Amino acid sequence: MEWKLTDDRPIWMQLSEQMARRIVAGQYPPGSKLPAVRELAADAGVNPNTMQRALAQLENDGLAVSNRTAGRMVTENIAAIEAVRRNMARQLAEEFLSAIQDLGYTRDDVMALWKEEEHHG
Amino acid sequence: MADFLICCRNLTKAYGHRVALQGVDLELGRGRIVGLLGPNGSGKTTLIKIFCGLLQPTLGEVTIDGQAPGVYTKSIISYLPDRMYFADWMRATDLFDLFSDFYADFDRQKAMDMCRALGVNPHDRVKTMSKGTKEKVQLVMVMARKAQLYLLDEPIAGVDPAAREFILNTILTNYNEEGTVLISTHLISDIERVLDEVIFLQNGRITLHNSVDNIREQEGKSVDALFREMFRAMPMEGGGF
Repeated sequence: MEWKLTDDRPIWMQLSEQMARRIVAGQYPPGSKLPAVRELAADAGVNPNTMQRALAQLENDGLAVSNRTAGRMVTENIAAIEAVRRNMARQLAEEFLSAIQDLGYTRDDVMALWKEEEHHG
Repeated sequence: MADFLICCRNLTKAYGHRVALQGVDLELGRGRIVGLLGPNGSGKTTLIKIFCGLLQPTLGEVTIDGQAPGVYTKSIISYLPDRMYFADWMRATDLFDLFSDFYADFDRQKAMDMCRALGVNPHDRVKTMSKGTKEKVQLVMVMARKAQLYLLDEPIAGVDPAAREFILNTILTNYNEEGTVLISTHLISDIERVLDEVIFLQNGRITLHNSVDNIREQEGKSVDALFREMFRAMPMEGGGF
């Protein structure tokens, strides 16, 4: 997955969100070891200190744990990962509904559109 | 080890009547990548040359790792000047030999590896190289030292955008972790994501010194956008047509 960085927000926040997305999507499975800070920083083309801050945020959010000997791992707490995943899905749903309502679609229109899309897909 | 790697107090430099730096106070820590940003003629190169000991301040003082610029500070500073100073009949390998003699912390093997990664043939003579390739060789020489302070004066101005990205990654992956990197440039958008903090220099004074993330958080825009805003409505002295 590519890193996407926009201009309007702190870089560490964006990195942290994208790492969280990788974890909930299973790219880094529960209990697995995360790559080293320097490695991730080089991959994203960012400063190691910035990546460090992003990973510290993952720990605050309960998605990662630091282990003195083994380095940083994804949490084994699947419920915590699921909660974050659900939150992301809810946010996506909200964004979708708000955008499509701006187009003048009602809830019924949306359902009809959904069925139509399923048909095509 | 001194608390701050670089410490300036009321640093002032005048060239005759022309004042290039005016009362600069600055403290820089270790393990940071710092952008020194400012329009042309704002004093960036003058400041860097004072750190290197190539210029004497008119007033005020500066210490690098607790010492005034001199023999010791030169041994811990790796400097990329704004123009090439090597004899152009030399090959890159000759330059590496020269640096091996001069600097105890120069890693020749690393320099050769970096050349390969950057697509530079180290056996070519400098005079046969393009401007961009010369810049790459200079950068290799500077980054192959295990210095405490890297002073890079416009390291990416002459290379194409694709090579720029590669060079930034070279800087990111090769600087010594306890070392601080100070990069002067006006190509901010290209380097913003690799910086911890930025210093804005304007007419010889520091007008802003903050972390990139703080600026984005407080201003809701990139450092590049902020820079354009701050310096847009400022015609050069005696400007206008």
